[in-house]
Amino acid sequence: MNESTNQTVSHSIDDCRNLDWYIDKFIQVFVFIGGISAIVFIIGIFFFITNEGIGFLFKSGFQLTPHAVSLLEEAKIPDDTLAALDELAGENFETATELEAALEDVLMPEELSQFQALIVKSAVYEPFSISEFFTSYRWKPTSEWNPTYGILALIAGTASVTGFAMLIAIPFSLGAAIYIGEFATGRQREVLKVLVELLAAVPSVVWGFIGLSIMNPLIIRLFNVPIGLNVLNAGLILGLMAAPIMTTIAEDALKAVPDRYREAAEAMGATRWQLVFKVVLPASKNGLVAAVLLGVGRGFGETMAVLMATGHTINLPTSVFDSVRALTATIAAELGETAVGSDHYQALFTLGILLFLVTFLINLTADLVVRGIRKG
Amino acid sequence: MVAAKKLEVSNLSIDYGGKTAISGVSLTVREHEIFSIIGPANSGKTSFLKAINRMDLFTSSMRVGGDIAFNGKNIRQWRNIYALRQSIGVVFPLPIGLPLSIYDNVAFAPRLAGIKRASELDEIVERSLKRAALWDEVKDRLKSLGSLLSGGQQQRLTIARALSQNPQMLMLDEFSIAVDPVTTMRIEEMLKELKKEITIILVTNLVQQARRLADHTAFFLTGQCIEVGETDAMFTGEVKDVRTSEYIQGRFG
Repeated sequence: MNESTNQTVSHSIDDCRNLDWYIDKFIQVFVFIGGISAIVFIIGIFFFITNEGIGFLFKSGFQLTPHAVSLLEEAKIPDDTLAALDELAGENFETATELEAALEDVLMPEELSQFQALIVKSAVYEPFSISEFFTSYRWKPTSEWNPTYGILALIAGTASVTGFAMLIAIPFSLGAAIYIGEFATGRQREVLKVLVELLAAVPSVVWGFIGLSIMNPLIIRLFNVPIGLNVLNAGLILGLMAAPIMTTIAEDALKAVPDRYREAAEAMGATRWQLVFKVVLPASKNGLVAAVLLGVGRGFGETMAVLMATGHTINLPTSVFDSVRALTATIAAELGETAVGSDHYQALFTLGILLFLVTFLINLTADLVVRGIRKG
Repeated sequence: MVAAKKLEVSNLSIDYGGKTAISGVSLTVREHEIFSIIGPANSGKTSFLKAINRMDLFTSSMRVGGDIAFNGKNIRQWRNIYALRQSIGVVFPLPIGLPLSIYDNVAFAPRLAGIKRASELDEIVERSLKRAALWDEVKDRLKSLGSLLSGGQQQRLTIARALSQNPQMLMLDEFSIAVDPVTTMRIEEMLKELKKEITIILVTNLVQQARRLADHTAFFLTGQCIEVGETDAMFTGEVKDVRTSEYIQGRFG
């Protein structure tokens, strides 16, 4: 009897959802939301950018330019024709002949002849074709007569700046990582690591400011060129920006090489440099590649410093002293001034898709390469 | 016959940031002998080897006092420490295969020494692997990763690697820890052969291994060299210190 009472009591204590249970449940849900939100955000951002930009990619055919409509409206046209014309202005036609046929339906013959005169001034235009988007270097979205959306110059700008930045950042960061990881000892090593991490935390607008106010006059004076905001300037700034992060990741990769490899090689009489070159670098190859790729991704996506230091001029660069314009900087500078849903607005979002895809691919590759380390 | 002195250690002391690992050790290793060092854990055996190979430079807190003369020359006066390390091979307790192929592991040191001709490297690799009793097992897969070998094979690979640069002296640090008994016996046979060509220092915690192989044996205890003597004499009871005989008989350690 006594025993059974005991059991009931202990049972009721055990099976009670107490505070600990609720706290645990709450924390679990909270942590789950935190974890899952990353995925939700990525998918959300992807859908948002794609939704805004994809229409532009698949748009094709011909339509009346706003300019042509406004010219026609200035001519004396009856109100009902005007309404029909407004309707027509929003429509898309696959060929120019179809557009003309539609115009013939709406307009009187004399008005049509006015329109014919307008054709000479490119009243109809081809709003978009994918090949033009990627092969034309004319980025003139705000042109009243004939806006064009060619991103070749922007790609060339971003690629040249990033490429130049990597030329600087790769040797610097790998050198720094090897020095910190393999040669520096004790306090010097700790101080260096802290300083490199501090350097990585410098805001990009500060780097842009340095490019604008220090590098710019310096380049003008040193190389005797008319403008110092160019590929050289932005590349240097971007290289210095990316180097600390690359150094940190590369140093981690070197640290992942077990010390016993080093001792074994040194015990055989390898010099420090032989040890680094023949054992440590081959063993940490994947991590180093990942570091470089992340640096490239950083350079590709960087906006503010690039906006300030490139000169922001549409140009296919032929030398490092040419000013260029980057993809990211274009979006940052122009998006605020476009009408939502306009061609220009959509074109900027298409640039966003492109950036998103490239950085995604670079990061994915880096991630796969790092995974390669763990397997091997 | 009195063999030449290969290594002379006098009044050696080692400490790690104030913590003493070895103090007042003096002993002599003669040419073409196997000299074994026995003693329980933490008695300073590994630190002793590290000092000889100047591996103290790897550990910033390690301080070495006293004198070590290799071939009659104080090792601190060697201007090229890499050359010193090349003439003293080391085998660590756990096999450390570099992340390279079997061939490249063995050819590593000769390549560092500047040997580039493939035929010469092939010859060195084959000879070293044969000396380490590994050749027959790996001759068909020299290009595969060294880390894919079994533990015992890897240990013999590190021995082959240590032999690849023709050292004058080979130091083995408890090589049999990661090796099965059969392989241990094979390596022991090989060491007896090797003795004809080079000097061997064998650190071991297997007392019987020292008895089987060594010409002279030193007994280390808590950083001090309690006793050095001829192995046979030591194992037949001719000891000066009672702790030595107690350790040999397995009363502690």
